[in-house]
Amino acid sequence: MSQTVNVERPSTLQGARLPKWAPLAVAAGSIALGLGISAAAGLDSSIQWALLAAIFFVLASYGIAARVEGRRQAKDRVATSLVWVAFLLAVIPLVSLMWETVERGVKVLDGYFLSHSMGLVTDTEPGGGIYHAILGTLEQVGIATLISVPIGILTAIYLVEYGRGRLAQAVTFFVDVMTGIPSIVAGLFVLSFWILILDMGPSGFAGAMALTILMLPVIVRSTEEMLKLVPNELREASLALGVPKWRTIMKVVLPTSIGGITTGVMLAIARITGETAPVLLLVWGSTFINTDPFDGPQASLPMYIYQQYANSGGSGAAYDRAWAAALTLIAFVMILNLAARGIARWKAPKTGR
Amino acid sequence: MAKRIDISGLSAYYSSFRAIEDISMAIEPRSVTAFIGPSGCGKSTFLRTLNRMHEVTPGGRVEGKVMLGDENLYGAGVDPVAVRREVGMVFQRPNPFPTMSVYDNVAAGLRLNGSYKKSELDGIVEKSLKGANLWNEVKDRLNKPGSGLSGGQQQRLCIARAIAVEPNVLLMDEPCSALDPISTLAIEDLISELKERFTIVIVTHNMQQAARVSDRTAFFNLSAVGQPGKLIEIDDTERIFSNPSVQATEDYISGRFG
Amino acid sequence: MDISTKKSDAPPSSPLPADLSAAEQKRAARGATRPGDRVFLGLSRGSGIFLLVIMAAIAVFLTYRSVIAISKNESNFLTTFEWNPTAAEPSFGIAVLAYGTVVSSIIAMVIAVPIAVGIALFITHYAPRRLGGAISFVIDLLAAVPSIVYGLWGALVLAPHLVGLYGWLDDYFGWTGILEWQGGAPRSLFTVGILLAIMILPIITSVSREVFRQAPQMHQEAALALGATRWEVIRMSVIPFGRSGVISASMLGLGRALGETMAVATVLSPNFKIEASLLDPNGGTFAQNIASKFSEASEMGRDALIASGLVLFIITLLVNGAARAIIARRAEYSGANA
Repeated sequence: MSQTVNVERPSTLQGARLPKWAPLAVAAGSIALGLGISAAAGLDSSIQWALLAAIFFVLASYGIAARVEGRRQAKDRVATSLVWVAFLLAVIPLVSLMWETVERGVKVLDGYFLSHSMGLVTDTEPGGGIYHAILGTLEQVGIATLISVPIGILTAIYLVEYGRGRLAQAVTFFVDVMTGIPSIVAGLFVLSFWILILDMGPSGFAGAMALTILMLPVIVRSTEEMLKLVPNELREASLALGVPKWRTIMKVVLPTSIGGITTGVMLAIARITGETAPVLLLVWGSTFINTDPFDGPQASLPMYIYQQYANSGGSGAAYDRAWAAALTLIAFVMILNLAARGIARWKAPKTGR
Repeated sequence: MAKRIDISGLSAYYSSFRAIEDISMAIEPRSVTAFIGPSGCGKSTFLRTLNRMHEVTPGGRVEGKVMLGDENLYGAGVDPVAVRREVGMVFQRPNPFPTMSVYDNVAAGLRLNGSYKKSELDGIVEKSLKGANLWNEVKDRLNKPGSGLSGGQQQRLCIARAIAVEPNVLLMDEPCSALDPISTLAIEDLISELKERFTIVIVTHNMQQAARVSDRTAFFNLSAVGQPGKLIEIDDTERIFSNPSVQATEDYISGRFG
Repeated sequence: MDISTKKSDAPPSSPLPADLSAAEQKRAARGATRPGDRVFLGLSRGSGIFLLVIMAAIAVFLTYRSVIAISKNESNFLTTFEWNPTAAEPSFGIAVLAYGTVVSSIIAMVIAVPIAVGIALFITHYAPRRLGGAISFVIDLLAAVPSIVYGLWGALVLAPHLVGLYGWLDDYFGWTGILEWQGGAPRSLFTVGILLAIMILPIITSVSREVFRQAPQMHQEAALALGATRWEVIRMSVIPFGRSGVISASMLGLGRALGETMAVATVLSPNFKIEASLLDPNGGTFAQNIASKFSEASEMGRDALIASGLVLFIITLLVNGAARAIIARRAEYSGANA
């Protein structure tokens, strides 16, 4: 016990504590100081004063806490401050992203915009719409979904219900690999064999093939997870009644997990709807309505955004259209996401938890 | 080192649910006090109010007074971190830090509370491990991970970790329930030695254990599921087990319920 | 196969549950004699095989076209600083692209990882529970925002706001050369790095959050009971537990940053050379180069782009593989401790 002499151990349990409002006061002070310095030095970017304020906040938290509460508490306060600063630093751009998209997007977003194509409207003049792009996106995503959902679900069934051997291991491994393929590489692959080797022209279908490659692993993974959640007792109960395995899977396993599988499919659709790069390489884009996904270039919503941005030469009308299309795309993706989460919650398999 | 604990009018809540109601008792220094009672009667919750660990649980809240010596743990301006330095705790499942060596586990609390020279630290670690009757078993592998020890050794390591910071009080929450009988015996022997230096409070489900190690025993009960737990009586262990003053205590001890 | 043989080696004392997988296999084999079962098994196995065929095809076709391109290349594919695949004497190399891809991804990681870890800790250990739940929900949604929208925002909102910061960096750190700025539009690798950081923040945050949430309560309580402050609890018991998870989350984020196309193509004004300054337009990235050079490229030009795409593919494979290896090792580690 005599060894513990150098521990500064207060005889009392009461440590000096900063009042509850101290962090808020320090934050307010830091922001004021950041703004003040910015005004004095004529800094015009909000990023600068925010960074200054953040630095002041962390330093002041440490300094004040170290004086009043001691070094350990000060460290704790700094960690807390840093965590808050990290949170705010992240929230600001993300809120700005949503805000700007909505604010700038609503300008030209109306019924006309949604129901007309660009047609002969040149990039720099106002007017036109995204009907052709929505159509193209729906067709391309629809085809990709039609191909990848059955294949993806069957692959997952194989992995969970049958797969024990080398083949299953290989499939599992390559599904992982496929998950990491950059979308542009998927586009290049379809380009290399469909357009360069088979000499086909650009079409919605070519884009859909690339989207399939991006969508398949997502569906396999999520379906696999859902099938694994189905309790073995259910399968055994059905098999014990003499129901053949394939009917057990169709009538017992799949219905039990259908909610989760649907969620996974919807999230996968949401993901590929926003893909631009492969569509750019394979579908090329068009200002006209092309309803045939198997013949000729088509438009697509994400590509429309890019082209309005890139080909407009800085024209306000094109930027407005780009923002409006971005808002439409985000709305579509968010609705899919929210619906998917809703279904997941609603149909969550009742397995104990 | 050891201090007396005086509890008065203590209630603990999980959000709006009151888990224990209006408990008052005194816990004597340099002795072992055992808490017994059926599952869900709030004895672990009560134990956790004694080092302000209860409020760590989301929604956890405490009313009442806990005097450690002459200070109220729940008084205004009291720092829970300082409280936990004075009141050590050993948990149901051994929980040495898995990424730390045996040595670092014992030194963990010391390193938080101040800076030590290597030689001082060595001395305290050795003394604490000896105090936990673990030194001879681990002295050759102080730098191996603590998670490599057996369950009983891990639990004694946790005790060593707790006593290394020289707390006033040692709380033990069913410290033997995850251990085999031989390890349990080792821990019980250790408790009898430690009470020379610390005020010890132990929650146990095992009545023989309470009878073997404790000087005083408190019996907790609840009138029905969903009702708060209450202190039924506290008395010398010998009396509780031979001639309790409340019928419910006798029923519980003789195995009629619980 | 290994698994089932191992299991059937188990002592036959409890015959039924012990070799469940063997029993299931037998049942599957018996079942497969039924026509319905045979068709179903065939279909599902066929789907798995189809997936393998696609992967093989990707590798074969990309390699094939790349070999064509590289064989016609008059200069070294790895070290050349120019991209002229359509010239009479084709000459192109990935040095600039590799530089730009790596530099922008490093900037993104340096910014995103600490912030993501901070937010993850904020959600699991600092914020009130309701707020934490709401924030995780929003972060998950943000992960779904299409990259082209990030690109649009980056080019039209973020870049103009960075002018002031650029001036600052040039004023105080311009002497380093790395942060020197000529005063052009802030559409450099640095801006790309910031934008990529914002884009990969949600994925790193949500994986780290899950890991931190799983940090064992009992170790956190052990630290608390020793009189640790909240930060000390995190340092002693949460971060050691979550370290490998954070690393693999970061690798996943890195994989995305490396392959990101549209956001980079929208924001970066490419300049096919390597210079010290991160703030002046220098370099390009693999994906951005493909997207922006593609439309005017001839067949040879496309083959050259495919070759660069193959390199990108291999790099992302390695990064993702590393992430998975870390995850797998962690699974073993926690399994042994359970």
